[in-house]
Amino acid sequence: MSLIRSTAAELAAKIHGGEVSAVEVAQAHLDRISSVDKGINAFLHVDTEGALAAAKQVDDDVAAGRPVASPLAGVPLALKDVLVAEGMPTTCGSKILEGWHSPYDATVTRRLREAGVVILGKTNMDEFAMGSSTENSAYGPTHNPWDLDRIPGGSGGGSSAALAAFEAPLAIGTDTGGSIRQPGAVTGTVGVKPTYGSVSRYGLVAFSSSLDQAGPCARTVLDAALLHEVIAGYDDRDSTSINAPVPPVVAAAREGASGDLSGVRVGVVTQFSGEGYQPGVLASFEAAVEQLRQLGAEVVQVSCPSFDYALPAYYLIAPSEASSNLARFDAMRYGLRVGDDGSHGAEEVMSLTREAGFGAEVKRRIMIGTYALSSGYYDAYYGSAQKVRTLISRDFDAAFATVDVLVSPTTPTTAFKIGERSGDPMAMYKADLCTIPSNLAGNAAMNVPSGLSADDGLPVGLQIMAPPLQDHRMYRVAAAYEVARDAAQGGPLIQRVPQLEGI
Amino acid sequence: MTSVADLMDYDEVVERFDPMLGLEVHVELHTKTKMFCGCANEFGGEPNTHVCPVCLAAPGALPVVNGIAVESAIKIGLALNCEIAEWCRFARKNYFYPDMPKNFQTSQYDEPIAFNGYLDVTLDDGEVFRVEIERAHMEEDTGKSLHVGGTAGRIHGAEHSLLDYNRAGVPLIEIVTKMIPGTAERAPEVARAYVSALRDLLKALDVSDVRMDQGSLRCDANVSLSPKETGVLGTRTETKNVNSLRSVERAVRFEMTRQAAILAEGGEIVQETRHFEEASGTTRAGRRKETAEDYRYFPEPDLVPIAPSREWVEELRLTLPEMPAQRRKRVQAEWKLTDAELRDLVNADAVDLVAATVEAGATSVEARSWWVSYLMQQANTRGVELGALPITPAQVAKVVALVNEGALTNKLAREVVIGVLDGEGEPEQVVEARGLKVVSDDSALEKAVDEALAAQPDVADKIRDGKVAAAGAIVGAVMKATKGQADAKRVRELVISRCS
Repeated sequence: MSLIRSTAAELAAKIHGGEVSAVEVAQAHLDRISSVDKGINAFLHVDTEGALAAAKQVDDDVAAGRPVASPLAGVPLALKDVLVAEGMPTTCGSKILEGWHSPYDATVTRRLREAGVVILGKTNMDEFAMGSSTENSAYGPTHNPWDLDRIPGGSGGGSSAALAAFEAPLAIGTDTGGSIRQPGAVTGTVGVKPTYGSVSRYGLVAFSSSLDQAGPCARTVLDAALLHEVIAGYDDRDSTSINAPVPPVVAAAREGASGDLSGVRVGVVTQFSGEGYQPGVLASFEAAVEQLRQLGAEVVQVSCPSFDYALPAYYLIAPSEASSNLARFDAMRYGLRVGDDGSHGAEEVMSLTREAGFGAEVKRRIMIGTYALSSGYYDAYYGSAQKVRTLISRDFDAAFATVDVLVSPTTPTTAFKIGERSGDPMAMYKADLCTIPSNLAGNAAMNVPSGLSADDGLPVGLQIMAPPLQDHRMYRVAAAYEVARDAAQGGPLIQRVPQLEGI
Repeated sequence: MTSVADLMDYDEVVERFDPMLGLEVHVELHTKTKMFCGCANEFGGEPNTHVCPVCLAAPGALPVVNGIAVESAIKIGLALNCEIAEWCRFARKNYFYPDMPKNFQTSQYDEPIAFNGYLDVTLDDGEVFRVEIERAHMEEDTGKSLHVGGTAGRIHGAEHSLLDYNRAGVPLIEIVTKMIPGTAERAPEVARAYVSALRDLLKALDVSDVRMDQGSLRCDANVSLSPKETGVLGTRTETKNVNSLRSVERAVRFEMTRQAAILAEGGEIVQETRHFEEASGTTRAGRRKETAEDYRYFPEPDLVPIAPSREWVEELRLTLPEMPAQRRKRVQAEWKLTDAELRDLVNADAVDLVAATVEAGATSVEARSWWVSYLMQQANTRGVELGALPITPAQVAKVVALVNEGALTNKLAREVVIGVLDGEGEPEQVVEARGLKVVSDDSALEKAVDEALAAQPDVADKIRDGKVAAAGAIVGAVMKATKGQADAKRVRELVISRCS
């Protein structure tokens, strides 16, 4: 197996055992990026020097017989460009931050560096994480390695495409309404949104503070779990950070890999099927559920009626918070500045800069949010949406009183064509129909690939949801399913990605 | 510009109208660090040196609440007899302004940490007036804009502006009164006395520098008038930039006379923000807002709710120091002061200084006499407040002790105090350095006495004849010869013993 097609766990074992150097591993991935990323556009910035220096540090530790910094020391990773990192630009996919370098590291970035993880660079995304296709990036769309004419999901399309294109074995995403899980689903990769508050948001450029959550992206469940344990944990710089032990996700992934799910109760969310769901997606989902049953799980149908209101509630709460979070991009202290020619006052410069610096979708959401928070409308919109949020949490509570995990398709369809939905925001928003409830309620949720859709041959994702701080439950189920899936489908799904050399 | 003709005579104002007051006071807490980050909370400093990603609103930075600020807010609430919320949140107040890095202020909106209290205020004649408190809430200060090239530092006409974010994120407590009715002709005095009482209370709590001149205590005065006895609320104006106790009184008085003149002419008061002009004692209209500001408040999602436990609140209540009003009653009794004497002490802002001097060993009479007379003169001469004089109560007590020991005369003591004020060190060091010690060495004095007696033999004879009163001339001569450093009483004893 070539270095770039190895899992993170395999690479770590080889590096720590002295079989291969971290520098060789980093270089192999940097070479892969050079050869294929022109066609994928997963990376907005590649930090060759920084990556090689970090890899060298790990090699020095191994050579000197020092204990390595973490189980993932020396393994390369792609960082979504919404997390700040010193020494690298951070754009959030927006013109308004073009050329800005953060003076500080995000907590996630710091934990990665301290763990000896080799950060290859920053990945493409929908501007300020607003989108489901990565088409809203100011730096051009990312292409899905399974079919370059199709979207890689969003907002974290760069991170998921980097994994599927074997440009990196690990990536960090952020999930506000599905931005880790939906890209995972359409690229055939694993993506986890941990429990809200379990991974620090310090240094994650905020889209919607009460929903944003960073999480691990990988090609296998175990790799995601290893990365999860590196980035999660209490952080006193984030007031919403939970001061509790990190759930034992690596142990759960290893336990699940034994393939036994007897005693595990799985609930199928009845709301997530029917009209609007691609037949191939539903077929893949049903096959996955059958496989879980065969692994010993007890499967029941669970109704969560408030989930029907999740999408509209989300599209009031997220834009409301965004309208306030994005107010700081005003040209005064950093980023783009337009109109500062002596003829405009500060307020005009702010306005001109925001006009020029923000893309259409960001402006749309700022306007929606500003409207929803306005005096006289607050109760009807933001207030009502918060009530829906409470109802959704109650639905989850009731469901988790009877089942250990919930499952659904991750997204109603496979990857659509670039440009296909860009003129139809509602169609675009529906890509996150199944993922949004877990953001509103704050519980853990993940995507694990369930195979290829019979109707178009594109990846389909299985979503597994667990109660807050019970992240390990879904890892166990996902790991067991992953083994059964590969056995049934003749090997790892991800190895069926088309060859990309020479694109 | 308002001309005199636009104002109504004050006596006529209060004859025809009832004023309604409302006061909003912003207090900067003197916590070590800012409200939501670890930057130093210090007045002054080179521009943009007390800043970090959080208070500059760098992308991705998050706030963390300063626990000491919450504690101070609760103490203030308790001292103002407020209820303390069992659960409250911060909210975002959204508006764009260059000196506010996030373009929203993290504040409290409909869930303040303290509410429903009162403060009893003693007026100049000793009458106690109760001011009801609506709420006290936590928020953060903005940075400062310096407009260059315009007139009088105003943004209008400025060529460019400089921004200093050192103050951005400094913890503020906003204390809002309920509407204050029934002040009648004493409205300006009540306003001043309230701010003064609040300042004393905050000082006693040791939560703020309460320096109006440095902006750590700022007052906005809301004033409206209603025609006498109608009870119909008038339109109010909000006067900002009121930077001293005297200005509070003047601003309210001015607004009353200005509004009354407009109302008397059948005009309407414009609801607006006005700025107090210290030099002229007038208010001028601020920038007129074309539309009502909509701050789009919503709960701050980056912070978790604050739920002070009842146990904690009661613990804090036990730590509250004696409140200024009680303290005054107590010292009046202890020091046996008349009302007038107490008022002098309070007006001179000398209660704490005298108390500390008494604690350091002086009697209250001695301590009062130093602070309220000689040191007050010095403060006036030097143009500083009494408390800002560079002398400590302990040093004053030391000077008093030296006088009582006979080591200093009153005259010398004043010179020692001057030395301390001029930075020459501790009283003993000043005595040493300036050679101010009372001469009580008998051999040196005897020599001086003998010389004086020899110089005035006729006087010496008179004393020998029993005319003791004549000794005064010899004592005077000895004092002159010793440049006042002799102990006059001892000199007199020596003169009489040498002549007997």
